[in-house]
Amino acid sequence: MAIEGADIIKAAAFLGAGLAMGLGAIGPGVGEGMAAAKACEAIGKNPKEAGLLTRTMLVGQAVSESTGIYSLVIALLLLFVV
Amino acid sequence: MGLDIQTWVNVAAYIGGGIAMGFGAVGAAIGEGYTAAQASSAISRNGNAAGDVIKSMLVGQAIAESASIFALVVAMILLFTNFPATTPVMIPAVFGAGLSMGIGAIGAGIGAGFPAGSACIGMVRQPAVSNKLTTNMLIGSAVCQTPSIFALVVSFILLFTDFSARPISPTWAAVLGAGFASGLSAIGSGIGGGIVAKQSCDGIARQPAATTTITNIMLLGQAITQTPAILGLLVSFILIFKSYAASSALAPAMALLASGLCIGFGAIGPGIGEGVASSGGVAWVARNEKHTGEIVRLMLVGMAVAESTAIYSLVIALVLVFVV
Repeated sequence: MAIEGADIIKAAAFLGAGLAMGLGAIGPGVGEGMAAAKACEAIGKNPKEAGLLTRTMLVGQAVSESTGIYSLVIALLLLFVV
Repeated sequence: MGLDIQTWVNVAAYIGGGIAMGFGAVGAAIGEGYTAAQASSAISRNGNAAGDVIKSMLVGQAIAESASIFALVVAMILLFTNFPATTPVMIPAVFGAGLSMGIGAIGAGIGAGFPAGSACIGMVRQPAVSNKLTTNMLIGSAVCQTPSIFALVVSFILLFTDFSARPISPTWAAVLGAGFASGLSAIGSGIGGGIVAKQSCDGIARQPAATTTITNIMLLGQAITQTPAILGLLVSFILIFKSYAASSALAPAMALLASGLCIGFGAIGPGIGEGVASSGGVAWVARNEKHTGEIVRLMLVGMAVAESTAIYSLVIALVLVFVV
């Protein structure tokens, strides 16, 4: 089986894309869960502020999501651009 | 070296068997150790309850053990079956089967230990509700086992499917990827499900009047926590049963392996995170049952957001299989 340089580069890009998105998804998943757990606690303590708390939780989770989106962008770049 | 395929199939089966039992022992041991630690702490608070606590510790540990018993079964099959060496694809297939079951047992073992420990503590606090606690613990730990059952299913499919009609490359990478997908994705959901069940045992000991509500919300939370493992199972099935065009290039094979790794690793975080989110919801429904509606709504929104990175991983995994 003759392996060419271009083939190896493509194979490495695919492997890199899979690892980037897979490993990159771990952190945001755990972090967003912690944010949601604390928000549930806060609503349990003070149900009247449900609207404000939901908004705060979503903003916090959106920021925590950002590294997941970076991973997605890098994975897509590795798959389709480089 | 003039080694034939049969030799390599045996080599892969023995290494796979070692990996299956080695990794498969990790989770159950940690989970059961946690249960025993909590039981000791409970008995030190009230020695009179020792009988009940030890009974429920043993029942809980028995359930936590089941994932590693699956791993033992798969390891035994790998050691003592004479696999037909009709195609070199059998080599990664038997190895992938061991990998899937070994890694897949970690989460369920750790997860099932959490509710058992929490039930032991709760029993000492509220001896009157020990029956309710035991029932809730059994339901919760049983649900924690589902990801390891997914891993078991994939590992049996890999062991007993006939791959002889498939092209060697890239099928070898697909079966290896399927092992990684179902094994790794089971870790997060197993641990996450355990965190939810732990909090619900805690809540029942605190507020026995709300038992039904707490158990229902626990089941809702655990069901959603299993979704990342189901995505991993889905990708494994696609990788195993899709037919591929034969190709001697490296890139198509690597894409399939990467697809399995992507959804496998990607499911770990959301599985744990959804468990944490849902445990917050269950804990505060127990303390403030009147506002169950608001708390559960927020819990579901939070879990949906935590799921998003698992969906990204699924998208990239499917692109790797079907597009590139």
